[in-house]
Amino acid sequence: MHDAGKVIPGIIAFVVLVTVPFWTNFGKAAPKPQPEIPKEYKKCVESRDFMRREHMKLLRKWRYDVVRNNMRIYINSEGRPINMSLQNECMRCHSSKKKFCDVCHDYVSAHPYCWNCHIPPEEKKGWATKEVKSLTEEASSKQPASHH
Amino acid sequence: MGVLSKGEVKAYAVKPSEKGLTAGRWAMVIDTRVCRKHEPCEECIHACHHLHNVPQIPYKKHEIKWIWKDEFEHAFPDTAHEYANEVLKDREFLLLCNHCEHPPCVRVCPTKATFKREDGIVMMDMHRCIGCRFCMAACPYGSRSFNWRDPRPFIKNPNPSYPTRMKGVVEKCTFCTERLAEGKLPACVEACKHGAIIVGDLADPHSEINKILREYFTLRRKVHLGTGPSVFYII
Amino acid sequence: MLEKALVGSKKYYALVFFLAAVFLVGFFFFLKQLKFGLGITGMSRDVSWGFYVAQFTYLVGVAASAVMVVLPYYLHNYKDYGKLTIFGEFLAIGAVTMCLLFIVVDIGQTHRLFNVLLHPTPNSMLFYDMIVLNGYLLLNLICGWTALHAIYKGTKYPDWVKPFIYLSIPWAFSIHTVTAFLYAGLPGRHFWLTAVMAPRFLASAFCSGPALLLLLIYIVKTFTRFDPGEKAIKALAKTITYALLANLFLFGCELFTAFYSGIPSHQFSIKYLFAGLHGHMKLVPWMWTAYALMLIAAVLFVIPKTRNNLGLLPLLCILVVIGTWIDKGMGLIIGGFIPNPLERITEYMPTFPEVMISVGIYAAGFLIITVLYKIAISVMESRGLI
Repeated sequence: MHDAGKVIPGIIAFVVLVTVPFWTNFGKAAPKPQPEIPKEYKKCVESRDFMRREHMKLLRKWRYDVVRNNMRIYINSEGRPINMSLQNECMRCHSSKKKFCDVCHDYVSAHPYCWNCHIPPEEKKGWATKEVKSLTEEASSKQPASHH
Repeated sequence: MGVLSKGEVKAYAVKPSEKGLTAGRWAMVIDTRVCRKHEPCEECIHACHHLHNVPQIPYKKHEIKWIWKDEFEHAFPDTAHEYANEVLKDREFLLLCNHCEHPPCVRVCPTKATFKREDGIVMMDMHRCIGCRFCMAACPYGSRSFNWRDPRPFIKNPNPSYPTRMKGVVEKCTFCTERLAEGKLPACVEACKHGAIIVGDLADPHSEINKILREYFTLRRKVHLGTGPSVFYII
Repeated sequence: MLEKALVGSKKYYALVFFLAAVFLVGFFFFLKQLKFGLGITGMSRDVSWGFYVAQFTYLVGVAASAVMVVLPYYLHNYKDYGKLTIFGEFLAIGAVTMCLLFIVVDIGQTHRLFNVLLHPTPNSMLFYDMIVLNGYLLLNLICGWTALHAIYKGTKYPDWVKPFIYLSIPWAFSIHTVTAFLYAGLPGRHFWLTAVMAPRFLASAFCSGPALLLLLIYIVKTFTRFDPGEKAIKALAKTITYALLANLFLFGCELFTAFYSGIPSHQFSIKYLFAGLHGHMKLVPWMWTAYALMLIAAVLFVIPKTRNNLGLLPLLCILVVIGTWIDKGMGLIIGGFIPNPLERITEYMPTFPEVMISVGIYAAGFLIITVLYKIAISVMESRGLI
């Protein structure tokens, strides 16, 4: 081999560098994530197992059906109709994105960007600053009378 | 249909909302005579922009609007002329997406992020838009806005039950599909105390909107382009 | 052959590192754009396409123009273009790469770019543009690389490559036709809604591209032993002449239709570009410069004495490149948005970050061209061809 004196240490240095995360984190497993499960509701859209595994696929299909096919109701395996909406249905029970969604997502380093547009429950409260509150009141006082 | 992976949900079943309002082809009539009587009224604009979390961006180049007002010569540039009477010149016209029968924006969209629903509504799939802005070049009505920056800091009073948008996507009026599905009329229609905005089914010859169109003289914007706008104006 | 790109003179290394550095500066500004959004540019609700799309359009033309050397050589067996064709094809590779990069930076949701493949939409002209541009890149890679490899081996190019060469000829026309169709099929954009858009695109491409190629060849000639030969240069100058005249003629046709018909909406953009509209005249000096340069160049190209003056020719090429660049890279795209569909005026000028991102892309493109040209020259030198 040409330049073995350079190549072999080079390869070793490369392997060490690439595996640094393994060495520095060795034996230090992060604790298992514990997402907060709503107490007052017993049943989710489907079984807990299924939701844990398939929620992202289900949401993907929901958004397709709602936006593109104008289908709004999901019939679950028990025949129960459910309003297909992340922001208004899922988060009705799971009232905290931080304590529910983020807990696992952070653990597996998944960064779904649902919340770039959809408003998480805690932000709904946080957004309402003083100025905004007055605007809300103004808007509610202007509630239009419906006709037709 | 085993659509979802080997889980226990074998049949993925969905259905439309039962209380939803439906039509063969949604259309809108705006009675500009009523609008003029109540100027400067902007309640429909406020209602729409509030409900849909449309940001109020002061920098005009980055402005986002779904429904707004403009003068006759700008709303109908090919119909306006210098001898028009003062009434026409003074009147402000509500402008919004025309939900065209042959929408150029749908024709040019490279991902079907903009598409025409069976009921005639030209809809946007915000999850799919790549932000190429071809639709903005294609729309002859200037009905589309692009999110040149994060819109959230400019939404002072958000509606918590409707999403915002993020930077890099195009948006426009959706004819309130989310409200129609709940059996409610579009926000602008409901917001107008004076009944200046009427929506209905153009495909049904007995519908209220068809009666109005038969009775009154109406204009549509730039009909000569063949887009077939679904918004009519009583002059 | 790639190893030829790794060894070179100090000047070569200096150029490579300079271009790479400029590219990195552009990339830095692109990261800023990713963070803030496209609001970092001068574009607006009314002028929703700007400098990026304009550069894209101009460079599609440059890419397509490779056919002006490929066609005579392969179809008419015009031997004098023998050494030039590879340079034409390599210029096309660099130009198409720049086109694709300009699309990438112009997209609002960059990471969703592949939605175009995920949801193919044959009613959109962008769908075809994606196919023809990527196809053209591939064709030029195949044809240029095999031709050079044949020289490297001292053989004739293999027979299997011939169908690709023949295909690349109509394909070159298709890329600029489809690009013109992006604009020419939009209702309500009167400035673009013209059947001569595609022919005009091709005409401007076939003068600007070869002019740029000649300029590059002059630079290569100065620093290496490469010389395409006087005959090839003069022949290419004739191509530029006819294409430039066709370009000006087609613009004249536009003027006639707009102003003899008297239809105001067909005149607005032209008036905005050349005289200003309601006091808005940011592009007026640019447009007059562009047409003055093209007209002067046209006259000098038509006169045989000046056209055949090899010392003067680079200067004439510069006039053509700058003239067509302003015309297409500024006027044509931005002019189409002014006035807006409601006949209101919002003007446009690129911002500093926007220009820097564009410069970065140009650096990337010219880096590719530099490396490819270096390989070609070294291969030719090693064979004693130059």
